[in-house]
Amino acid sequence: MGRKILFITTDQQRYDALGCNGGLIARTPTIDALSKHGITFDRAHPQNVVCMPSRSTMLTGQHVATHGVWMNGVPLPEDAPSIAADLRETGYATALIGKAHFEPLLDPFLRFTENRMGAHRTTNENPNDPHRGFDHMELATHGAAGALHYSQWIRDNHPESVLSYYRVLDNELQVNAEGGGDTKAPQVHVNPIPTEWYHTEWVAQRTIAWLESLPADKDWFCWMSFPDPHHPWDPPASEMHRVRWQDLDLPENYIANSTTREAVLDDKLRHWRGWYDGTFVSNYEAPARWVPATLTQDQVREVNAYTHVENELIDEAIAKVMGAIESRGWGNDLDVLYTTDHGEFQGDFGLLFKGPYHVDSLMRLPLIWRPAPSANIAPARVSAPVGHVSLAATFAHIAGIAQPSYVEAPRLPIHQAEAEQLGHERVLTEWDSVLFGKIVHLRTICRDNWVCTAALDGSMSRAGEGELYDLTHDPLQHVNRWDDPSVRALREDLLADMWDNLPSQQLPLRTMDAPV
Amino acid sequence: MGTVRRFSFIECDADTVWAFVGAPERLHEWFPITSCRVEGNKRWIELAAGITFEEDIVTLDHDLRRFQYKIVNNPLITFHLGTVDVIPDGPNRCLLMYSTDMDPEVLALPIGGAAGVGIAKVKEMFDRK
Repeated sequence: MGRKILFITTDQQRYDALGCNGGLIARTPTIDALSKHGITFDRAHPQNVVCMPSRSTMLTGQHVATHGVWMNGVPLPEDAPSIAADLRETGYATALIGKAHFEPLLDPFLRFTENRMGAHRTTNENPNDPHRGFDHMELATHGAAGALHYSQWIRDNHPESVLSYYRVLDNELQVNAEGGGDTKAPQVHVNPIPTEWYHTEWVAQRTIAWLESLPADKDWFCWMSFPDPHHPWDPPASEMHRVRWQDLDLPENYIANSTTREAVLDDKLRHWRGWYDGTFVSNYEAPARWVPATLTQDQVREVNAYTHVENELIDEAIAKVMGAIESRGWGNDLDVLYTTDHGEFQGDFGLLFKGPYHVDSLMRLPLIWRPAPSANIAPARVSAPVGHVSLAATFAHIAGIAQPSYVEAPRLPIHQAEAEQLGHERVLTEWDSVLFGKIVHLRTICRDNWVCTAALDGSMSRAGEGELYDLTHDPLQHVNRWDDPSVRALREDLLADMWDNLPSQQLPLRTMDAPV
Repeated sequence: MGTVRRFSFIECDADTVWAFVGAPERLHEWFPITSCRVEGNKRWIELAAGITFEEDIVTLDHDLRRFQYKIVNNPLITFHLGTVDVIPDGPNRCLLMYSTDMDPEVLALPIGGAAGVGIAKVKEMFDRK
């Protein structure tokens, strides 16, 4: 028997959400224990800060330029590489339970397999050649709308709860700007659904059910993918007693003085201020009709309270799955990897949600690898820059198979010295959005504790403009050093390194077949 | 307003391609829908997700090789105009182009995606090797 792999992802979760990373509000003892006994990465970045491109990188081990899913709504090709397929080929049972999102969710033609499997209530359309190499897919997203399995389950079993979720899209199919809760914060909603019917619990229970279906001697790879704490923020109302928003401090990077805040935003690429003022909505990932400049301090507190509650529920769900794995006798051979697809502003800079903003709020992510106890790997914290692009190679390494030829980064290191040996010097992140003519293209490198973002020609920026932050002396990234002559040579070195290491973008860009 | 455009050059004469895509009742033979019914200047199409669109055929110009239609009587869709053009590019080649302009704008994207699938199918059917 080999090592089993439980790959846990959340959606839109910050590095500081977890106790092991300094989080002080949400209690996350299960994840903290993974960190305590594993390798915790303190500078892990996604290769894109929205869902579909980021998740495609996890599966393929490739940068966005290579796999071609440059924005939400661009489907990952059916024949794209998949580490799950390689693991299955070597005898692993494979499953993805929860949020996949390699394909668009808005799909009235049911063109895409994820939606079609949900609509047809099947977990595998072709057992001989399963979709993306997963023997079993049971899928969910943020609520009860759409065709995916969780939506069908709740419609079949608890139809009275379908409308208890926040309505994600408004009447014009825009991301809904309607506010709720006590402060009328956008996408906050009091959800009367019982906790046991909420999607976090469903993901855990379906994972347990799949694991229980396996023979004791089977090796397996399970991607357990929670849709939370992504907006809408609508956890079960019965759980809201855990964190009172009135008791929360404002986030460290919330700039209370509006003059100072706007000066910081004005120091960045112009699309930041355009979004803040509501004059330039470049992408579909935030409510187009919500103006961030209207965000109040109490709304920031309430969004954070809802998020902390969702994070606690995720931690408790993981504990149940870990317990089920222990009860099968697999604990000693179990590797657990934990991460998320991208971050969330959660009030930083007076903003919510996400978009073309390459700062720690969206890019610095939780990433933990708890190796199988049987592997006798010592716990460590790694500060070297790493990315999701290393996950596929890591899964292959755990399974004892050769690193697939298609991956573009080495496996994750098990300690700081090995990070250097494996070549983890830099991590790269891309952004491309062209939604109905509003164009933003960014390329970012993080190396030596600097983050350098180059803009390409777009609606509000021109090639030659950018952002440069010193993470050591300016960890909140308030001071853009791009035009500072004293660091010009460093900037040019970072840019040269980035262009040397970023794969060439596949052109023409694949078509965007849905907004999300 | 959402606006999308998909197109492909097809190695086939324009008249042959137009005879197929210019027949509104044959949409289901190339576009990823489940059924299609035409009565006069009305068309109804059904999508795999169970949604039915009622459409008005507003242009069927065999000289220009242009077909235009609007989705109507739909509470969600406040504006729509879909256009299919077949443009000759010499005697044995043509350009097949599908455009959609609509509100809500985001709905133009999945329709554009479906049009891409449909155009690829027409190309597969008519491209002369």
